[in-house]
Amino acid sequence: MSQQTVRQASNQSDHLLSVDSLDVEFQVPDGSIQALRDVSLVLDQGETLGIAGESGSGKSTLALAIARYLDNNARVPNGTIEFKGRNMLEFTPRELAEVRGNQIAHVAQNASKALNPSMRVGAQIRESIELHQDVSDDEVRERVFDALDQVNIPDPEETVTRFPHELSGGQQQRVLIAMGLACNPELLILDEPTTGLDVTTQAKLLDLIKELKTGAEVGILLITHNLGVIAQIADRVNILYAGEMMEKGPVDDVFTSPSNPYTQALLATTPELNRTKELRPIPGGIPALGEIPNGCIFADRCDFATDECQTGDIDVEAVSDDHETRCVNWQTAVDNPIEAGDATERKSRPGDVILEGKGVVKHYDEGTFVENLLSDHKPVRAVQGVDLTVREGETVGLVGESGCGKSTLGRTMLSLHELTDGVIEYRGDDLASLSKAKRKEFHAECQIIFQDPDASLNPRKSVRECIERPLKLFTEQDEDERIARVDELLEQVNLSLDLKNKFPHELSGGQQQRVAIARAFAANPSLVVLDEPVSSLDVSVQASILKLLGELRDEYNTSYLLISHDMGVIQAICDRLAVMYLGKIIEYGTMSDVFAPPFHPYTRSLLSSIPTLDPHEEGNRIRLQGDVPSARNPPPGCSFQTRCPQKIGDVCETDEPELVETNQETDHCVACHLDESGTTKPLETPVEEL
Amino acid sequence: MVNTLYLAKRIVVATLSVFVIASLVFGMTTALPGSAAEIILGTQQTPEAVEQIEQQMGLDRPLSERYVDYMVGMVTLDWGESLISGEPVTERVIPRLQRTLELAIVAMIMTIITAIPLGIVTASKRDTWIDNLLTGVSYVGISMPSFVSASLLLLLFTTGSLNWFPNGGYTPLTDGFFKWLHHLLLPAIALNFIVFSYVLRQTRSSMIETLESKFIRTARLKGVSERSVLFKHAMRNGLLPTVTVLALNFGWMMGSVVIVEEIFTYPGLGKLIVQAIHQRDLPVLQAAILVPTVTFITSNLLADIIYTLLDPRIELGEK
Repeated sequence: MSQQTVRQASNQSDHLLSVDSLDVEFQVPDGSIQALRDVSLVLDQGETLGIAGESGSGKSTLALAIARYLDNNARVPNGTIEFKGRNMLEFTPRELAEVRGNQIAHVAQNASKALNPSMRVGAQIRESIELHQDVSDDEVRERVFDALDQVNIPDPEETVTRFPHELSGGQQQRVLIAMGLACNPELLILDEPTTGLDVTTQAKLLDLIKELKTGAEVGILLITHNLGVIAQIADRVNILYAGEMMEKGPVDDVFTSPSNPYTQALLATTPELNRTKELRPIPGGIPALGEIPNGCIFADRCDFATDECQTGDIDVEAVSDDHETRCVNWQTAVDNPIEAGDATERKSRPGDVILEGKGVVKHYDEGTFVENLLSDHKPVRAVQGVDLTVREGETVGLVGESGCGKSTLGRTMLSLHELTDGVIEYRGDDLASLSKAKRKEFHAECQIIFQDPDASLNPRKSVRECIERPLKLFTEQDEDERIARVDELLEQVNLSLDLKNKFPHELSGGQQQRVAIARAFAANPSLVVLDEPVSSLDVSVQASILKLLGELRDEYNTSYLLISHDMGVIQAICDRLAVMYLGKIIEYGTMSDVFAPPFHPYTRSLLSSIPTLDPHEEGNRIRLQGDVPSARNPPPGCSFQTRCPQKIGDVCETDEPELVETNQETDHCVACHLDESGTTKPLETPVEEL
Repeated sequence: MVNTLYLAKRIVVATLSVFVIASLVFGMTTALPGSAAEIILGTQQTPEAVEQIEQQMGLDRPLSERYVDYMVGMVTLDWGESLISGEPVTERVIPRLQRTLELAIVAMIMTIITAIPLGIVTASKRDTWIDNLLTGVSYVGISMPSFVSASLLLLLFTTGSLNWFPNGGYTPLTDGFFKWLHHLLLPAIALNFIVFSYVLRQTRSSMIETLESKFIRTARLKGVSERSVLFKHAMRNGLLPTVTVLALNFGWMMGSVVIVEEIFTYPGLGKLIVQAIHQRDLPVLQAAILVPTVTFITSNLLADIIYTLLDPRIELGEK
């Protein structure tokens, strides 16, 4: 026994970081929340360990616990956290301050909030160095530039004088990482480093993290809910669920032969490009961690659960030398894994045109008369002349990076925004000159669901009132009929009738979105605009909402206009797709048209930027240079010419390409000056050969 | 360019507000029943005498004509003469304004050096006894009307065993700083009472919000000491809303000055206004009301400018 302890101790001290059977609990007014239970992990120098799991699984708590930064109501009743052989739980505040920012760097998620808004970014990086390193002023200056260089900030001299809000989201994240790297830490904790960034920006950041991995002897703890990111970057992965480690092992092993039902379910619920899989939602939800039930924490949601899973302690079992799983039935799970089946292709039979935009233009902030007189004020050209039709019974996707104008277009189509120019027709009639009765019909028929249900549901109205509202507005039903309809709708969106009298804040994000969907469908709309309907939701909830939307569409023969930045989501549900860049549609066609050559160079780079779940996939990713130009000042010619990897020359800078049909049968259009040989190269083509 | 544009815009708006308020003041003061003529004549008034004196004062001219005269006078700083004493209005108003401003500024400085640091203390020592004590005290301060606190101060510190201060009056700064301050301190404390609590609570809540923000966590995780977290990272962001509150409160204080001056028999603008109302001395009254109004508007304009200097995210001229 004592020998074993000694061996363990010496073993642990070899690791850069070793967390052993860590418990973390939070004291709350009515008891305690067991946020982490029996969590163990090791991380060595030069290694990248991914921590994955849904939100609420305790990933960020783990990251903060390692940095010894927990709220006042947190307790660590059990376990050790050893950093280079020293137990961090016993550190004095002074010792902690010495280690933090110096040897252990924590890079928080959401860089726009994690940087001090009133300090220049140079000063913020500088502060880290001055705190921990005893170096001259000149050297500090140099090291600030070095750190910014290391994260590939194009113009460090210029950037140090900027305030955070003057940088783009990707650059803010880089600055935050630079701040973490400033003192050459030994442990770098990256908490959701790419969440909230566009795919093209994410792809570049992932490259940067890869570079850091090879360059320095730093150990990286990468926390993310995005399994694709883990597959691309991490060496090993730990899957966390409801505060427990479910599976850990090398990324290759875990992704190719997942040995825990939770890991399998998580993979099956994640959309993948180039594979039309039928996403499998995980039934149920993450349990509240006030009282931990006996047995396996995942048992209630698990396909393989047996009686054994409901009782007793579930121990970690070894799958192989360095691959462990917390499951008693893992062998069964490996033999019959949970996998997403292939989706059956939907046969949509588009009917009459419901909504048609012709030459839609929307400008924001056009400036007052005085402003235009006194300065060369430029409006934000959010949408610049777009034609778009949505027919009965079809789902049209609108995809593009943030700021491309997709949401503005969607809202303008529903006349939630005033049109700057162009015409929008509802069943052939100009929206601007609809009669009052017809306008009411339009509002009843065309509904919208927003990204953030928490903000779009009235907090003072119960679920029933929320859903009943459109029935009162648009139908002649009496109260009994309305209540019956509300019950029917709740059933259709798989919500328990008990929730009827609850208020939105009492529901989870997924439940709120279901209420928003029920509300939108209440008055039998023929068209629903879905504005990023799942992007604030967890991947398993996302899959179930997408499935629900698919079912409702089939039942009501509803058309969707789905706005999303996520190609995976688009692919899961759309029939046709429009790709937007800087307020213009640059490619348009059926799903199979857009996802296969001929490609617009922008579509090509979007598709190649998405991290896949296959750890071996190296791909020849296209990295777009720079940021999206300002919509106040779009470039002349082709709007994509400033970043296009396939730019051919002057013609791109002077002439704006028109949408040209490449496939007459399916109406596939691409707006590009490239000839066929340029657009038809397969997606895997290396960047140099484009 | 954008800066000047923003400033120009703000100044135009401020000027317009002054114009509107000036008109309102004119309307309201001329609508006062009775006239200076009646006051001057006192018990000897006959309708003929009143009419005669009103004619001399020009009070019988059509309203529009008087309005134009008044407006032109205000803009050209020619505010006319007092109807009662015949002195130029400027000579009556300016020294009074100066005294009131002295009082208000001393009160404001007092607030800045007490309420803001205490607000920061309560925020950083949240939920400890010192926080509870100070927020408790400030609650009392908020609920007490200024005439009550002023009367209490007057009773407590100018009579009996704690007779530390003169019971009112004013000595000019030229008679010596301490003598001046001695007269000023008590009314200033009374004025301070009203705004102290607001400023303290505002500082506390915005500092707490700032201390809970993510960038403070970043700073702590960089190993920044708690002191630097408070003073270097949190203060600048946390005090932004306080700047606005200070400016608003300065205007409010100018309003409360009337009551406090009356209680402390402090010969400032407030007392002048009360007197002018009694005497229907319209030119004095109009100027005495308009001057603090302009001060209020100017201080708000200043606050906006300070705000933009503190917070780089506000781009002047853009929303």
